[in-house]
Amino acid sequence: MNPRVEVVALDCLMLRLFDDIAEANMPWMLAASERLRAVFDTRLIDLVPSYTTLMVHYDLRALTPGQARELIAQALLDLSPNTRTGGRCHVLPVWYDLRVGPELSLLAQRSGLSVAEVIRRHSAREYQVFALGFAPGFAFMGLVEEVLAAPRLNTPRKKVAAGSVGIAERQTAAYPAVSPGGWNLIGRTPAKLFDRERDGYSLMQPGDTVRFEAVSHAEFIRLGGDDTPLEALA
Amino acid sequence: MSRLTIQASTPLCLLQDAGRFGVRHLGVTQGGAADWRSLAWANWLLGNALDLPAVEITLGGFTVCAEEDCLMALAGADLGARIDGEALAPWRSFKLRQGQTLQFSQPLLGARAYLAAPGGFIAPSVLGSSATVVREELGGLDGRGLPLAKGATLRYSGDTLLLREVPAQQRPDLRLDTPLDLVLGAQIGEFSGQSLFDAFNSAWTLDSRADRMGIRLLGTALQYQGRPMISEGIPLGAVQVPPDGQPIVLLNDRQTIGGYPRLGALTPLALARLAQCLPGEKVRLRPVVQDVAHQEHVAYLQRFRNS
Repeated sequence: MNPRVEVVALDCLMLRLFDDIAEANMPWMLAASERLRAVFDTRLIDLVPSYTTLMVHYDLRALTPGQARELIAQALLDLSPNTRTGGRCHVLPVWYDLRVGPELSLLAQRSGLSVAEVIRRHSAREYQVFALGFAPGFAFMGLVEEVLAAPRLNTPRKKVAAGSVGIAERQTAAYPAVSPGGWNLIGRTPAKLFDRERDGYSLMQPGDTVRFEAVSHAEFIRLGGDDTPLEALA
Repeated sequence: MSRLTIQASTPLCLLQDAGRFGVRHLGVTQGGAADWRSLAWANWLLGNALDLPAVEITLGGFTVCAEEDCLMALAGADLGARIDGEALAPWRSFKLRQGQTLQFSQPLLGARAYLAAPGGFIAPSVLGSSATVVREELGGLDGRGLPLAKGATLRYSGDTLLLREVPAQQRPDLRLDTPLDLVLGAQIGEFSGQSLFDAFNSAWTLDSRADRMGIRLLGTALQYQGRPMISEGIPLGAVQVPPDGQPIVLLNDRQTIGGYPRLGALTPLALARLAQCLPGEKVRLRPVVQDVAHQEHVAYLQRFRNS
C-alpha cells in the first residue's frame, strides 16, 4: 500500500491506496473506509470507494481542505487490514441460457471451451465486489478466469434486461435494472439487486463476496425471474 | 395546504432539491438542482432552509394554475414568466391568486428557473432526497423519478406573509462572461503542454449534447499522455477528457465512478453559472487552487445569512 491524497474538487479529496486492481486490496480498502467514516463522522457527505481509491466528499462548511487532509492522515495511522470477515457472502441463482445470455457462444468460441464448461467455470469461483457504480446497485465483481475474459461489445445494447449477468474483461456483474450496456451477457438472475425498501438498499456492498449458482429455467421462474428475451426489449 | 395544478410541462421540468447524499457508494447518483445557487435564493426568499424541493424549469414550457391563493418565489433564469399574461421577473417572491395561471414560455436570459414554495413542495423522500433522477427512477412527486407531468398537483403547506426580492447587488449576473473557475486535479500534469495552454486560453463552445449528466465542450482537442486510468469516484463538476479530446463537464446526474482523465473540477459557483448557459454559448476556463476556491465559496455562503 502506498497512500497518496490528491485534489479532485473544491470539497473532495482522492485517497489513492494502490496502483493496480487486486483482490488483496480489499481488506485495506475496507479498513480505510471504516476509519474514514469514523474520523469524518457527520462531516462526511459521501465516501465513494472504487478499485484502488476512496473519494472523500466532505462538508465544506465544516472543514477546510487542510483540515480534511489532516483527518485522512489521522484515519490512516496504524491502519491494519480488515480480514475479520470481509463482507457478506451472496449466492446469486443464474439461469445461464442463450436466450438471455447470447454471448455464451461467443465466450465458448473465444476460449475453445464448451458452453457448459463456460457456465461451470463462471459459477465455480467466489468473486469479490470491488466497487458499485454505473447504476444503483451495479456491482463490479472479479476476477473471472483469464480464459473467460472478453472485451466489451463494440456497440453497446440500448436495452439490457434487469438481472442480466455479464462479463467485461476479467470482471463480472449483474444489471440491477433495465439499462443500456456493453457487457457480454451469459445469463440472468432473479435476485433483486437494488431495492429502495430494503435496509441498505443494495444487495451487494463493496467487500462482499458473490458466487453464482446455475439454476434451471423452472427454478429461475419460481424465484421470480423474468425470462423475456433480449430482442423483445429492443 | 395550498395546491397548484400543472397545465403544461416538459421532460425537463423536474422537482429538485440540493441532491441525494450518503448513498453514492451504492452507485446512486447525486442529482439535485443544476444551479444550486438559484435554488438557494428561491428558498431564501421564503425563509426556507436553502435545500428544500423546488421546481427546476429548464427552457420553459411549464404552466401552473393556483387552486388556492398561493405565495411562491422565483429565482434563476428569465424564462418569460407571466401571471395571466403579465410579466413576472425572477429573484422575488410573489402571489398567485386562486384561478390565476403562471406560465413559463422560453429562455430570455439563462436556461433554468427555480419555482419554490413556503416549506418546500411536498414530495416523498427517497433515499434521503426528493431530487428527481429519471434514469434511476428515484425522487419527484411520485418517488419514481418521473418528470413533472401535465395534470399533476403540486402541494405545499408552509406559510409566508412577506413579499421580498433578492437585493440587487446579490443577484447573480447571468450576462457576465467571467471564466469558469476550475480546481486543478491530479492528472493535470499528464496533459501535453500545448493542451494545458489550449485548455485555459481558448474559448469552449457548449455542445447541444448536454443534459443533467454532463455538458460537452467543443474546441481544440486536448491530449492526455498519461497511463490509462482505473475507474474512480467522480466529483460534481469534474471536467473529464475522453479519447476524442473534447472535455465533458459532469453534472448532478453523472455516474458515480469513471475512468477518464480529468483536468480537475469546476467550482460550485462556476457550475451554477454553467447551468444557466445554452448550447452554442462560449465559455472559458480559469485554473484556481483548492484553498482559494474554498475561501471564495465559504464567503459566498455568508451572503444567504447576511442578506
